[in-house]
Amino acid sequence: MNDRDMAIHAAGISKIYHRGSEKITALDGVSLQIEKGDFVAFIGPSGSGKTTLLNILGCLDNPTAGKLAIGGTSVFGEGPCLSEKDLTRIRRRHFGYIFQNFYLLPTLTVLENVTVPFSFYRKENALTDIPALLASLGIDQRMDHLPGQLSGGEMQRVAIARALVNRPEILLADEPTGNLDSKRSRDIGEVLRSLNRDQGITIIMVTHNTELAGLAARKIELKDGKI
Amino acid sequence: MIRIWQIAYKNLLRKKVRTILTITGIALSGWVLVSLLGFNKGYENALNKDIDSMGYQVLVAAKGCPYEAATLMLKGGTGLRYMDEGIARDILKYDEVKEITPMVMQAVFDPNKGENGGISAYLGVDPKTFPGMKGYFTFQQGKWFTDPNANDAVMGYEAAELEQREVGDKILIPEKNLELTVVGVLKRTGTQDDGTIFVPIRTVQRIFGVTGKLTAVGVQVDKNAKITDVEQKMYNLPDVQVVSLAQVKQTIIGLVSTARVMVFSIAVIAVLIAMVGVVNTILMSVFERFQEIGILKSMGALPRDVFRLIWIETFILCVLGSVAGNVLALGLVRITDILIRRLLPYSPTGSLVMIDLPLAGMAMVAIIGVGLLAGLYPAWKAARIRPIESMRNQEA
Repeated sequence: MNDRDMAIHAAGISKIYHRGSEKITALDGVSLQIEKGDFVAFIGPSGSGKTTLLNILGCLDNPTAGKLAIGGTSVFGEGPCLSEKDLTRIRRRHFGYIFQNFYLLPTLTVLENVTVPFSFYRKENALTDIPALLASLGIDQRMDHLPGQLSGGEMQRVAIARALVNRPEILLADEPTGNLDSKRSRDIGEVLRSLNRDQGITIIMVTHNTELAGLAARKIELKDGKI
Repeated sequence: MIRIWQIAYKNLLRKKVRTILTITGIALSGWVLVSLLGFNKGYENALNKDIDSMGYQVLVAAKGCPYEAATLMLKGGTGLRYMDEGIARDILKYDEVKEITPMVMQAVFDPNKGENGGISAYLGVDPKTFPGMKGYFTFQQGKWFTDPNANDAVMGYEAAELEQREVGDKILIPEKNLELTVVGVLKRTGTQDDGTIFVPIRTVQRIFGVTGKLTAVGVQVDKNAKITDVEQKMYNLPDVQVVSLAQVKQTIIGLVSTARVMVFSIAVIAVLIAMVGVVNTILMSVFERFQEIGILKSMGALPRDVFRLIWIETFILCVLGSVAGNVLALGLVRITDILIRRLLPYSPTGSLVMIDLPLAGMAMVAIIGVGLLAGLYPAWKAARIRPIESMRNQEA
């Protein structure tokens, strides 16, 4: 397969933390390829390195060693480490992020929260019909509500909408159902599956939820920083 | 689509009490600053108005302390020195002198004035020359006396209010048991003349036993002549001192300069304290939103975007605070006036604090400028937050 068809190409990724004199190896030479349109779930016990790997693939963190290319463009491993500004530019171009704790701004309405990324950056092909996006996620009736007036499932849908407004190629989800009950977890799982299936968005997800992981086309298990 | 300033504004609404307290701090410092600038402007204005209202540019008085002469010009005084009436004729001989007006000032303690008694000031003036020099005087009732020997009086606005007198009423001169008939009441001038009782000069000389004596001569100089030249000539007259308005002004400004420095120091300290409050508020808010700022960066916010967001929050606080400070300064201008008057050795009669649009704008620019400087550190701190650090913080 051509490198350009690859969403992500990682080779020999390691991440070592130092806590005082102690050396902690979070990732130990991880190599993987994720194709465009893939739906991947990282599973494994706590402390296995799932979130660390997701953060490095999502350009939120630098690896200690290894190479990483996003959409055929080298990000780490060839030349010096990228600055925070350069990493932001890559994140803007390629990624959308969903977090376990949603991180909606409490004083902004649903509509305002969803359009926050536009205050900083607007891609040329960014979504323009935000109400339609909210309708597709089933939260169009909540457009003028504040996050405090929403259920956990609705808040996560708002966070998904916010991640989608700039039409990311890759959606990274870190425990997206970690704070939700089983019914709402299934709903969010369905939303992610339809985004992958209908819109071709590459989804990389970290989860402990086996039912949610079951929706992914590929499951990658991590243990002690290795695949 | 929400704009960055809207996000900043709504962020400030999260901790309303803290935001209001910070704005209050800025407003108080703004009040002090605007009032101080207003005082700097108003004091000089009021002083100029007092001096211009005299109708003459030079005062010739009997030789003595220059401060006493300055006080005489502006407030009247007791324990006065006298000079011979012939001086007035000598002054009039100078070519540069356009007009003169002789005056005799007398101040008498009146036990019936106010609650504990007070000083009543009588100014003996020449009915021929004095009204011409005070051409801007307008009468509420009546008119000027014309007979230099008549037992008549024209009362300043405040003097008439205090004594509750109208035209036709009598006023008794304490100690002398002599009544004067009120023939005119002046409209308010906003100067020391409002508290004065004007009496024909011969009458004052006769009543107080100072016939042939003067306290001062007001000299109007020809507009084409140089005042300093005339002053120089008049110094040759025996036993007199010549006080020009410029000298009086400088003397008084020198007297109040200490008070001005003190008030200015208070204003600077107040602004600095307010700015420490701004740094504290914004820094606290940055620390509280550590994770959120990291998430904004993961959404595509560059360090400069975050810097701008935090700086706008500082800007909003400073704008609201300085507007409130201006409103406070305008609303409390009379109280400020009273407070400042207590600090000063001499205060002119008009309004001491003069606040106008350019001054309010200047104070706003100063507060916002200092505020934005104060906001640099919190904004820089926020701009440096890395998303990954905020996520680790979340995991912890």
